[in-house]
Amino acid sequence: MSFQPDEIDFAILRALSKDATISAGALGRRLDLSQPATWRRIRRLEQEGIIAGRRVALDAEALGFGVTVFLGIKLATKGRVSLDDFERAIAAIPEVQSVQHVLGLYDYRVRVVARDIADFERVLRRRMMSLPGVGNIEANVLLSEEQLPGPLQ
Amino acid sequence: MQITDADRRILRQLQAEPTLTNAELAERAGTNTATCARRLERMREGGIYLGQRAVIDWAKLGYEVEVSLRVSLDKTVPRAFDEFMEQARKIPEVVELQTFLGQVDVRLSVLARDMKHYQQLYRSKILTLPHIADIEALMQVAEIKSSRGLPL
Repeated sequence: MSFQPDEIDFAILRALSKDATISAGALGRRLDLSQPATWRRIRRLEQEGIIAGRRVALDAEALGFGVTVFLGIKLATKGRVSLDDFERAIAAIPEVQSVQHVLGLYDYRVRVVARDIADFERVLRRRMMSLPGVGNIEANVLLSEEQLPGPLQ
Repeated sequence: MQITDADRRILRQLQAEPTLTNAELAERAGTNTATCARRLERMREGGIYLGQRAVIDWAKLGYEVEVSLRVSLDKTVPRAFDEFMEQARKIPEVVELQTFLGQVDVRLSVLARDMKHYQQLYRSKILTLPHIADIEALMQVAEIKSSRGLPL
């Protein structure tokens, strides 16, 4: 890694991971930095790919999505089913918010959002269970969630 | 707060491309700039639009390993849950804490620079957390989808 972010860069990352819409000027004032200097640092973090983009935060429940479920999916017929096909098919389901290929008890860890449990069952039966190669599925209903800043120091 | 189809269209477009200017967003959502800004502001005040967060690519910061730890807690201890969460929150490498209904009680997402660092973290910080009854690890091989978007 050629670019080594310093303390100020980490402070910028901490601030932007809470609010990415803050202006370079406002952020700079907080960090005792000029607007252009702050802007240059943000730009560098983006160019280096450290800031990979932005995510809009919405209150899922207020928008009618009351249930989030994590699925642990094991593929039944490894070797015969194409992982690419499976991944493409599952990622295309609108209710699927994230898909991780994992090593361990399961092959995939999938985050699904639904209006309620009945809606989740519909997604599970109609969309998930018909995917190519799906074997065992374990479901865990999310109760609470905290995002932490991570090792930004 | 009542949400209309027009609101949903705005959120859908914004979700797909958060950096759109208000004018671009309005155009894609099929409305005018003033209405779009007003609706977005109303949803912000109503606590529906919670803002935007930068997505950090941890691998680019040298954290190549991400492990999902599924932890079952000792339920015979009354405060097991609170005490576990309180301690887990203090570990800087923990980026996500989730609680579940079902077989898993708590899930932690842990970042590490490499396997050696992970092993060290696991021994010195994770296994020393209070009231763990059982722990299972899933190591992330690849992230296939991570939009986290809602199907509006």
